Amino acid sequence: MTDLSTLGPGLADPSHDAQQLFRAILDATSHPGRIVSLPAAPAGPGTLSAAATAYLLTLADRDTPVWLAEPFDQPEVGNFLRFHAGALIVTQRAQAAFGVLAATTPSPFNDFDLGTDAYPDRSATLIVDVPGLTGGTMRRWRGPGIDDHTDIAVAGLADMFWHDWAANHGLFPCGVDIVFTAGIELCALPRSIAVEG
Amino acid sequence: MTENNAKDGAYNYAYLDEQTKRMIRRAILKAVAVPGYQVPFGGREMPLPYGWGTGGIQVTAAIIGRDDTLKVIDQGADDTTNAVSIRRFFANVAEVATTTRTEEATVIQTRHRVPETPLGEGQILVFQVPIPEPLRMLEPRETETRTLHALSEYGVMQVSLYESIARHGRISKGYNYPVMVNGRYIMSPSPIPKFDNPKLDRSPALQLYGAGREKRIYAVPPYTPVKSLDFDDHPFEIETWQQCCELCGSKDSFLDEMIVDDDGKRLFVCSDTDYCERRRTPAEAAE
Repeated sequence: MTDLSTLGPGLADPSHDAQQLFRAILDATSHPGRIVSLPAAPAGPGTLSAAATAYLLTLADRDTPVWLAEPFDQPEVGNFLRFHAGALIVTQRAQAAFGVLAATTPSPFNDFDLGTDAYPDRSATLIVDVPGLTGGTMRRWRGPGIDDHTDIAVAGLADMFWHDWAANHGLFPCGVDIVFTAGIELCALPRSIAVEG
Repeated sequence: MTENNAKDGAYNYAYLDEQTKRMIRRAILKAVAVPGYQVPFGGREMPLPYGWGTGGIQVTAAIIGRDDTLKVIDQGADDTTNAVSIRRFFANVAEVATTTRTEEATVIQTRHRVPETPLGEGQILVFQVPIPEPLRMLEPRETETRTLHALSEYGVMQVSLYESIARHGRISKGYNYPVMVNGRYIMSPSPIPKFDNPKLDRSPALQLYGAGREKRIYAVPPYTPVKSLDFDDHPFEIETWQQCCELCGSKDSFLDEMIVDDDGKRLFVCSDTDYCERRRTPAEAAE
């Protein structure tokens, strides 16, 4: 039995909060590397950051299965997303529209839906909860939405992650899209972005 | 239409239900991630007929909030039926402020023009699109055009432009002039005059395109290269006029030709009413 009394609250004003959060997410996605703050983000379940929680409450629903990596694959996170978003929690990466990962999740892109050449929009979106959006190794991002280049230092990611990202970017127009989250902050990395260094 | 439908609970905020908005929002994010690719979405019936901006309205409804200031133009004009109706619709169901001034707007929904006033970062331009598929007039089958996009096989478009040169001595397409987005997808810029095409290239504003009947959404993120197709020996050129605007004297805006009496007297005026009016206002104030 799920004890609903232990569930944290979702969005206080679902329609308007979701709209404001979406605009912040759209701002981040259309300006990759830009760090946006989500003040309306509710506290997340378990160890999930407020920004990752806000992203899922804004965009996930019964049409978008969610896959949770360790340490988020806990009943309290699943119950929270099932109750507030109506999302289905799946155990296979390939079934997921949204994947929730930690910075250290091994083989981060393996087995997720990459879309097809005819329907690249069907690929998964990965929410990667990292220790911070600054303070890591500085890398140069280039691509649509960026005026020439931007330098970003997402923390907590191994070099292998960026090696894998280069392969993912090389699949364009297929490939997964990423949203990095930490605390109430969020920064997007769509598949169209090339990362140097 | 009664006032404040949203406030009395007759409609959800911004007309669409939350589930639909989420679906459109997800489509918009994927469209931004793959610039120029047409994302299919579950288009809803809107309270106006296809061809009147149902796609643009759904995109606007999915993004708009109470903090926004909305401008709506139809062929550059703020005061035509389509623009007035859509502006009033959102003032009603989304409780947004509206404006005619380009630089004050956070969201601009447009039918067939890009404003003359340069757009800035943070502004969103929503295009109403009748036929999203740039290859449709060359290949009627959706399965085929989808494959052509998947393979980036765009020879048929180059051939059609070449045939235009062979027949007319130049590329005769004056509007809906095809563009290449970020070197990957050929995209229809919607039926804007080719005069506006250069404004799409590396624009600091976000461009969202909504096609209601065809149920497609596509996007061009800020600072993204948008190249009008051409040939080395027939470079892309925009329209020019001998005349200037009869009202404001502008020599570098897109001009509409008006016939003003039964004798066929002609007049050229700016298509962008806000731009034209703003240019005239300081002059009038100085008199």
